[in-house]
Amino acid sequence: MGLCTKLLIANRGEIARRIIRTCNRLGIQTVAVYSDADKDSPYVKEATEAVNIGENQAKKSYLNIDKIIEAAKGTNADAIHPGYGFLSENPAFVERCEKENITFIGPTADVMKLMSSKLESRIQMSEAGIPVVPGSEKRLESVEQALTVADSLGYPLMLKASAGGGGIGMKLIQTEEELTKNFSSVKQQAQQFFGDDAVFLEKWISNPRHIEVQVAGDMHGNMVHLFERECSVQRRHQKVIEESPSPFLNEKQREALVNAALTGAKHLGYTNVGTMEFIFDGDANFYFLEMNTRLQVEHPVTEEITGVDLVEWQLRIAANERLPLEQEEIMKHGHAIECRVYAEDPVTYFPSPGTIETLNLVECDARYEFGVVEKTVVSPFYDPMIGKIIVHDKDRKSAIHKMKEVLAQIEIAGIKTNIPLLSNIMKQEAFELGDYTTNFLQELADTIQIK
Amino acid sequence: MSQSKVLSPIPGVFYRRPSPDEDVYVNEGDAVSAGQVIGLVEVMKSYFEIKAEVDGVIESFAFENEDSIDAGQEIAVINVK
Repeated sequence: MGLCTKLLIANRGEIARRIIRTCNRLGIQTVAVYSDADKDSPYVKEATEAVNIGENQAKKSYLNIDKIIEAAKGTNADAIHPGYGFLSENPAFVERCEKENITFIGPTADVMKLMSSKLESRIQMSEAGIPVVPGSEKRLESVEQALTVADSLGYPLMLKASAGGGGIGMKLIQTEEELTKNFSSVKQQAQQFFGDDAVFLEKWISNPRHIEVQVAGDMHGNMVHLFERECSVQRRHQKVIEESPSPFLNEKQREALVNAALTGAKHLGYTNVGTMEFIFDGDANFYFLEMNTRLQVEHPVTEEITGVDLVEWQLRIAANERLPLEQEEIMKHGHAIECRVYAEDPVTYFPSPGTIETLNLVECDARYEFGVVEKTVVSPFYDPMIGKIIVHDKDRKSAIHKMKEVLAQIEIAGIKTNIPLLSNIMKQEAFELGDYTTNFLQELADTIQIK
Repeated sequence: MSQSKVLSPIPGVFYRRPSPDEDVYVNEGDAVSAGQVIGLVEVMKSYFEIKAEVDGVIESFAFENEDSIDAGQEIAVINVK
């Protein structure tokens, strides 16, 4: 059947440009969709065709399934790439594409449904024999039931919404009183934000590291991993810096982790590229956290160390081709680091929309994935991430050195960015040693305040 | 009687309710006190609380729930007590 001939990208910004690049190389035509606010964005000009899909607010444009399907049919696109965020993990969208005879670049709706529920993913992974964070097996119906479960697990605990995400719908619980006090409000919040009031308890892990494994599966039963990404530098549960390989793992731990990820993905019969997220405790025990059924923001670090184009793999898998490489053929070389550039205050993280007056991406040996150019207006309607800087070198020390040089020379004016924070992180001893947990940025902020 | 104008410090999307299923923070004609939240502006997935700066009564809102708003635009007028 061959690859798709015209691909609609149901996304915006840097990821739309990234997907267009691979399509150009493969001779696939592209359709960009854009809201009013994005009409002058670079990705709109770079696509073969572009379709306006409505007003600025995402729910009136990028989240509007009818508008996107209409754009695909109007341009005769035979496939849709959802990017990340927006509709990328929405099973109803996948089903709609199927119904309209448009290839969705991603896994099946059924697997997506399973993984969109934290409770269901825990059950699936336990079945596969993969460690999950100790917690309740089922949804908790009452405070009494929650108290009994909490008693057997021991405090502190996390009370979580099954359908939650992005740091919303979770609450740290230290005592019985706190559990009694917060049970119904977290349940209500879950219903309000996610339309599902299922909540459960999980043991709280105090100094966690967040490490994830890239997997890819085809429709012929083949599954491979492309090593791990270390993503513990986070602010407000959002990643800021990612690297591969993880400086925390030795080869034995790495092998155990990637094997667990493969076992889990095979158990699901997962197809296309996906990411198994794990949490490590202070004693290097790891537990499955969740699966992201899409391309990740941080996929470039994996591409850098393996030489694989993950977007190309997505398109080939969706076209029913076999995986381009076998496990033994996938090697990692050197070390890659990605910094996310956010339009925000580097200290308070407060968003900074506005017009980019200067964007000087220095001619270093770095990969720039930016959604903006000079004079692009960074609108207040979407994510604050305006781009990513990725470096690759023979080892971690050299990669950090390279990133420091890029950050010192890059110039962005007109809006505030977190570049000063990124530079500061690169200079921290804990970062240089690779000895950091998800508390790293908070601890860094605390030391700055003390000074 | 003097009036106090509530301006948006940032661009974004204006909300009159804390969440879609809840009631509006305040109605026109309601009494408010200084520091009371009267709306939200969503900017890049963050929410910024819009507060009354004076004690008084809400005279009018210039924007509806979910309208786009620019920095410096007038959100509401309060008749100062």
